[in-house]
Amino acid sequence: MTTPVAQEQENYLNNSYGLKSWLLTKDHKRIALLYLATITLFFFIGGAFATLIRVELLTPQGDLVSSDIYNRLFTMHGITMIFFFLIPSIPATLGNFLIPMMIGARDLAFPRINLLSWYLLVVGGLFALFAMLAGGVDTGWTFYTPYSTTYSNSWVIATALGIFVAGFSSILTGLNFIVTIHRMRAPGMTWFRLPLFVWAHYATAVIQVLGTPVLAVTLILVLCERLFHIGIFDPALGGDPVLFQHLFWFYSHPAVYIMILPAMGVISELISTFSRKAIFGYHFVAGSSIAIAVFGFLVWGHHLFVSTQSVYAGLVFSFLSYAVAIPSAIKVFNWTATLYKGSISFETPMLYAFGFIGLFTIGGLTGLFVASLGIDVHVTDTYFVVAHFHYIMVGGAIMAFLGGLHFWWPKITGRMYPEGWAKLSAGIVFLGFNGTFFPQFILGYLGMPRRYHVYPPEFQVLHVMSTLGASVLAVGYLMPMVYLAWSWKYGPLAGPNPYRATGLEWKTASPPPLHNFDELPVVTHGAYDYSTVTEEVTSVG
Amino acid sequence: MTQHIDSVKTYAVIWITLLVLTVVTTLVAFVDLGPFSVVVALTIAVVKMMLVALFFMHLRHSGKLTQLAMAGTVLWLGIMVAFTFADVATRGWMGVPGR
Amino acid sequence: MADHAHAASPALQVQFDTAEQQKDASTLGMWVFLITEVMFFGGMFLAYIVYRAAYPDIFALASSSLNVYIGAANTAVLLCSSFTMVLGVRAAQLGQKKALAINIVLTMLLGFVFLGVKAFEWREKFIEHHVPGPSFHFAGAAMQGPAQLFFSLYFAMTGLHALHMVIGAGIMTWLLINSIRGKYSAEYMTPVDIGGLYWHFVDIIWIFLFPLFYLIDRHLK
Repeated sequence: MTTPVAQEQENYLNNSYGLKSWLLTKDHKRIALLYLATITLFFFIGGAFATLIRVELLTPQGDLVSSDIYNRLFTMHGITMIFFFLIPSIPATLGNFLIPMMIGARDLAFPRINLLSWYLLVVGGLFALFAMLAGGVDTGWTFYTPYSTTYSNSWVIATALGIFVAGFSSILTGLNFIVTIHRMRAPGMTWFRLPLFVWAHYATAVIQVLGTPVLAVTLILVLCERLFHIGIFDPALGGDPVLFQHLFWFYSHPAVYIMILPAMGVISELISTFSRKAIFGYHFVAGSSIAIAVFGFLVWGHHLFVSTQSVYAGLVFSFLSYAVAIPSAIKVFNWTATLYKGSISFETPMLYAFGFIGLFTIGGLTGLFVASLGIDVHVTDTYFVVAHFHYIMVGGAIMAFLGGLHFWWPKITGRMYPEGWAKLSAGIVFLGFNGTFFPQFILGYLGMPRRYHVYPPEFQVLHVMSTLGASVLAVGYLMPMVYLAWSWKYGPLAGPNPYRATGLEWKTASPPPLHNFDELPVVTHGAYDYSTVTEEVTSVG
Repeated sequence: MTQHIDSVKTYAVIWITLLVLTVVTTLVAFVDLGPFSVVVALTIAVVKMMLVALFFMHLRHSGKLTQLAMAGTVLWLGIMVAFTFADVATRGWMGVPGR
Repeated sequence: MADHAHAASPALQVQFDTAEQQKDASTLGMWVFLITEVMFFGGMFLAYIVYRAAYPDIFALASSSLNVYIGAANTAVLLCSSFTMVLGVRAAQLGQKKALAINIVLTMLLGFVFLGVKAFEWREKFIEHHVPGPSFHFAGAAMQGPAQLFFSLYFAMTGLHALHMVIGAGIMTWLLINSIRGKYSAEYMTPVDIGGLYWHFVDIIWIFLFPLFYLIDRHLK
């Protein structure tokens, strides 16, 4: 009866061996792991730039690096972290791995395009890496013209090409998810029985498909301008630099929702599982994902408040930026309501989820500060904005990613991670994160500009605090890399459903077989029906 | 699901219509309609697009999802243009220097 | 159950349960791809609209230097290629393999005619010094910058369109080879179907490029 746990069942990891079986795989689960390795590498690279930045900022003088080098450091930190880590992160790893299983399918709709997506990220990343090693780019990750097109003496073209190629990776992933979710759901899996993780990724995919192509064509125009001086963004030739900003932010604002929506999807799963309760207001949470995707496209001008954008447009975009906060707030309220009278347990994924709710709320509320025209004039291009977006992208998205990685680790690897070390790391990450970025709110409000490495001495104390926090945060990030890797070989074997969670992915073995299910499920109830999961399942029949 | 197979005649009618519209739009361009020139030209272009999409691309036989998705995409393009013009066309409206 | 479907139809990929599901998914996939293409070209359309609104007279003057009759004729060529394309798709739906191959060839030929005419037009522009760059000069324009902007957008957008036509020619070649090899039938012609969607989309782009570049205030000339 209870045989297979100790023996090696055939699963997606051991069904074939060798480099070719990985590099030419069509299995969405293996592709997810290829992505995991790739984005982890880029996280290290982006983190290295961050380390240099924080070390430089320990002193008010520019003593570690010159201004020119510092410009390259923060530019490459931003580019690496956004385009090569955060944008792919949750969708390409957890989304790729889980979505087919969550909907009861054998794979995504287009497995070969999925593999192509990974190769595109790698190729784009290599372009960008080459540019960084050759000297880097100094325009800021935002590539504002005419500096990037006319005056910068750095590797703009190579970097832009790298981002262009990686953009197609993102587009194809989005395309794959949309078609998969529409056409590959198992019998009985209606839209409103889908886990909220799937809803979140569907909304993300819509953004990827509608927004990323605009970034792609904008980068092409930057290349044409830089190579041929066509004048499209050059005022001397009749062009408008603010047009670049419109085109750039039309993608780059929805891009932040590409980064946060999947994280919110993870949090819905974690909150539900570790309160043993269905998400309160399922329909509202599902709808809010779509609302965020839609509204997210209507607010990009709030990045242009201090450009020569008209005040009239500023008013419109400011108003809409307040509106876009509403669906996010709905999610936070619904998660909180889910906790009420839930049976709460504090495993590591839940610790990350709690951290997310608190930090995302702070980041989101400070977003409202900067959405106000008057306040934004004061804090724009200061550390206030830097703190705002790091609270959401690091305190939010990365914490959700870590929480999800821990939660689904037993499913992915068949092993449990060491809970004690994991809880400790979560605590260290939380403390380190706040130590790093809370002082930056104060710095920014007091006037410390972003992208500066020389500053008045009265700011030093806060900068030292921030760097101290960053050191702690770095430890917190390194620890999971060590114990997760260790657990893959030495961790205790996990059964199919160690958390007694709902969801189709928990009804198959850990690790899953090649085509996910030995027999495709027929779905008869909604997503968070805990009455159907009573005792821990040690093996799958 | 039965496949709708249109007749050669249907396609030929659409094809001739498209050619005629091309001639019309070219000739109309030589007439001074003031600001309406661009309206007429774009209207004809939109009609040609609809004919190609609905008949040649079989959009009229496609499911509601596809039709909604393509309509939504055109809307999205419209949003990108309209909201950019909310800036470009209104500079100077609020009396703030330089904006 | 699923295994029977896979055994009966070798073209059925393992992640799909039925041939119909595979066809639906592939078709939806192509439509979603076309969504991305609309937004891709859309960015350039935005740039065009912004600058035409800013410099209406210079854009009209620059437009008049393009040969409207060649442009209109080329538009007709592309519309004819869409006609042959849809006839090809229809032939595939009816299992008429010979008609399918003939229509694909006609579509390709018309496509090559279009590209040839475009190459001729671009060469004309090069001779007239209307290609953006150091040797650009547009006689009669009040400001050279905006005139160059018109031609930058002209070359960028018709160039991007031409690139898509070349890719389309590649797709047609692949479809032709497979149709000659007898890979398509009334039951399985999805690649022809979605190849057709791509071709028509590229035609639609040109349907907009023609009036925007060739037909600005022609009455002034």
